[in-house]
Amino acid sequence: MPQVTLSVNGKQHTVDVEGRTLLVELLREKLRLTGTHVGCDTSQCGACVVHIDGHSVKSCTTLAVACQGAAVTTIEGLAKADGTLHPMQEAFREYHALQCGFCTPGMVMSAVDMVAKNPQGLSEKEIREGLEGNLCRCTGYHNIVKAIAAAQDVMHGKRSTVAAAAE
Amino acid sequence: MNAVAPFEGIGVRMRRKEDLRFLSGKGSYTDDLSRPNQTHCVFLRSPHAHAAIRSVDTRAAAAMPGVVRIFTGADYAADSLGGVPCGWLIHNKDGSPMNEPPHPVLAHGKVRYVGDAVAMVVAETCEQARDAAEKIVVDYDVLPAVAGINEALAASAPQLHEAAPRNICYDWHIGEKGPVDAAFAAAHKIVSLDLTNNRLIPNAMEPRAAIGEYDAHSGEYTLHTTSQNPHVIRLLMGAFVLNIPEHKLRIVAPDVGGGFGSKIFHYIEEAAVTWAAPKVGRPIKWTADRTEAFMTDAHGRDHISTAKLALDAQGKFLALHVQTKANMGAYLSTFATSVPTYLYATLLAGTYTTPAIYAEVTSVFTNTVPVDAYRGAGRPEATFLLERLVDVAARETGIDRVEIRRRNFIKPDQFPYQTPVALQYDSGDYFSTLDAALATADWAGFEARRKEAAGRGKLRGIGISTYLEACGIAPSAVAGALGARAGLYEVGAIRVHPTGSVTVLTGTHSHGQGHETTFAQLVADQLGVPFDKVDVVHGDTAKIPFGMGTYGSRSLPVGGSALVKAMDKIIAKAKRIAAHLLEADVADIEFDPRAGAFKVAGTDRSKSWGEIALTAYVPHNYPIDEIEPGLDETAFYDPKNFTFPGGCHIAEVEIDPDTGHVAMVNFTAVDDVGRVINPMIVEGQVQGGVAQGIGQALLEACVYDAQGQLLSGSMMDYTMPRADDLAPVSVATHTTLCTHNPLGVKGCGEVGAIGSPPAVINAVVDALRDHGVRHLDMPATPAKIWSIIHTRMGAE
Repeated sequence: MPQVTLSVNGKQHTVDVEGRTLLVELLREKLRLTGTHVGCDTSQCGACVVHIDGHSVKSCTTLAVACQGAAVTTIEGLAKADGTLHPMQEAFREYHALQCGFCTPGMVMSAVDMVAKNPQGLSEKEIREGLEGNLCRCTGYHNIVKAIAAAQDVMHGKRSTVAAAAE
Repeated sequence: MNAVAPFEGIGVRMRRKEDLRFLSGKGSYTDDLSRPNQTHCVFLRSPHAHAAIRSVDTRAAAAMPGVVRIFTGADYAADSLGGVPCGWLIHNKDGSPMNEPPHPVLAHGKVRYVGDAVAMVVAETCEQARDAAEKIVVDYDVLPAVAGINEALAASAPQLHEAAPRNICYDWHIGEKGPVDAAFAAAHKIVSLDLTNNRLIPNAMEPRAAIGEYDAHSGEYTLHTTSQNPHVIRLLMGAFVLNIPEHKLRIVAPDVGGGFGSKIFHYIEEAAVTWAAPKVGRPIKWTADRTEAFMTDAHGRDHISTAKLALDAQGKFLALHVQTKANMGAYLSTFATSVPTYLYATLLAGTYTTPAIYAEVTSVFTNTVPVDAYRGAGRPEATFLLERLVDVAARETGIDRVEIRRRNFIKPDQFPYQTPVALQYDSGDYFSTLDAALATADWAGFEARRKEAAGRGKLRGIGISTYLEACGIAPSAVAGALGARAGLYEVGAIRVHPTGSVTVLTGTHSHGQGHETTFAQLVADQLGVPFDKVDVVHGDTAKIPFGMGTYGSRSLPVGGSALVKAMDKIIAKAKRIAAHLLEADVADIEFDPRAGAFKVAGTDRSKSWGEIALTAYVPHNYPIDEIEPGLDETAFYDPKNFTFPGGCHIAEVEIDPDTGHVAMVNFTAVDDVGRVINPMIVEGQVQGGVAQGIGQALLEACVYDAQGQLLSGSMMDYTMPRADDLAPVSVATHTTLCTHNPLGVKGCGEVGAIGSPPAVINAVVDALRDHGVRHLDMPATPAKIWSIIHTRMGAE
């Protein structure tokens, strides 16, 4: 059985996997990091998005063996070690950008990458287009878009807290 | 108690308690759970819509690595247990009961839709189970199949069930035909419309999952499942399917990732893993993949209707006659039969004073997935029919579409208002929600926007819907008389702990609605206990006394009312304890929740909430002969009536004539959901509901081919609304209180999905007004719109 060594949320793991094992299966079943979800089987919904070496990736479409040496960050690794939430997590709470919570981990991980890659700032339209790979059935996206807009100001140092921008 | 603490009760935008765990990846959904020594199973499903099963050969599969056991329909049949029951008995026009064919847990003898489960493979891993399932050889004798309603009713149609001649489940009616016929005979104008309400696939983001286990020592079964109503599952599965008494059956529905109706029902997989767990001697876990969800989660809508409206010369509605055919799918799902009847035709008065209404509904079996309640359940179908018909009537009488609605609205002083289709509305103010929506959407300024868009080569349209819905099906006795096989009350328990903190136990279930927050606010409001000192528990039959769960926007009107009733008992008992401690008459004790204190009226003598709670549990100085220790009360609340939210939705769209693409430009919702506990959560519910309504109107369509193959069977084929398909939604509320529940609440979970589809289609038809379009059915896809503009095809 192949073996893969990778870092997940800063911790090194060496795991036996089948050739067909997906990264999301490694995370959920081998490492019991169940924050990353599987919502579809056609790479459409984005509930499984994690960061690999700083880039958002659908872990349901990534073979575990392809992650040899990679640094993976999941939703469990986004907050600071002391529990302080990432501004994107704060903004999702502040703007009621989640209801059932199932799409939320993938949505947050996609949003963090989208904002980080666009330091010039994103318009509402660009945020909506940037969420093309993530489905949410509960919120109608309205509050997710607002949350990302607020979080980007904090991530880019334009505001100190997402709450300051609230309402 | 800190007297200057911020108010955390009714009306405050409290941030949600549940968010921290969901945002940190610490949610606990069924598939996140792993039971010790668990096995995994997959279901082998029929690839044919209709076939006789000649044989199922599992020998090669059983020899595959990791296989623990394989079960077939014959194995299940050998145990002489039940099939999955239907929860609502409908009677035909002639008074006879509906046709109710058996719904087996594992198909035996025959399969009736693509996805019907033929065998269950249990293995050490899910992959091994999947590999083995591929080795099962099923010899099918493929039969002719039928997927469409009209095709199923044809004389030559293939027959699904021996117990359902001509594929008919029931032929039902409501209202009085005589007065309707008379009104039509005397009418100044008759407007007629044929409509289809498109079939939808719910697609909650969390696929269904179930883990069945059995403890041989205690004889107890436990089922973890993705359910909106664990006690209902316990009742249905225990009593009707597997013959397990309730005290030996625990159902846990932990965090559930969205439901929208699709997780109300008792599904065969739940019964199968529970039934097989003792035979395997280990827990059995099943998780659907999305493909399975498409072909096994109960679908929604799927009606074909003809509606006729009689009007007088002033545009007053005189009578409505509706004929509807509804698709039940291959088997009766739990509440399937109630959706096109009591949740649909009873809503046909809408917000209008139409004095005579008669509706006939024929329900039909087809070789498709069972159809049942999906967000709104019957009410969106009624609203789409009525609000489209009113728009067509406006056009054909030449009366302005807002004006014709005003002329026919039930006036605020007419409540309580008895409709000709059984319901009695207790409250509402349709003029105010209309006026507020018209102002917010700048209806008056629309023609300038239409002109501006035309200058850019775009077709701009605006549409309105003034809808009404009914929530919190009740009372139990009335629902029972109409065929419901369950009570429709709700249960709440308030457990005050010795130090004054509170645990709320509710029979409702939260799968996105935020009950942990809203219900804690209720307790903060009524008992004065800080929000952070209140926890809400739901979703476990071993913890919650009883419950009917969450559907039909009932959690707050019914479940919240039960909690208020329990809190009233708590306060009454606490006052007796306070009276004892303060040596006063109980009639003189006043409770001030804002101060958290029990006071002797007219004095400064008082006892704090904490002192009373501690005394209840440490009853040293206590009237023990008169009052039991403890402060823990349970209440069952059976509503006196439905609640009746209503409002006005306005959609504004812009069509690109070159592509046929309909862009949502603006959406305004002004809803009367009764008293609002947490405005942030209410707005979120409406926004989400509107998104699903826009999805139905513009994007979503479940498509079967003539042989019953599901063509829209994945998220690549079925168009789910994405962020860039939707516009910002302006949400506001205008409150009239429900008159018969203690909070005055009406429910907000479904209004968005009910009011919005006709507003969107009315806007699309308005945009196409110069293209000869009288009506078009949902979804208004680019292909359909392009054809209308360029070939005049696809529209009336």
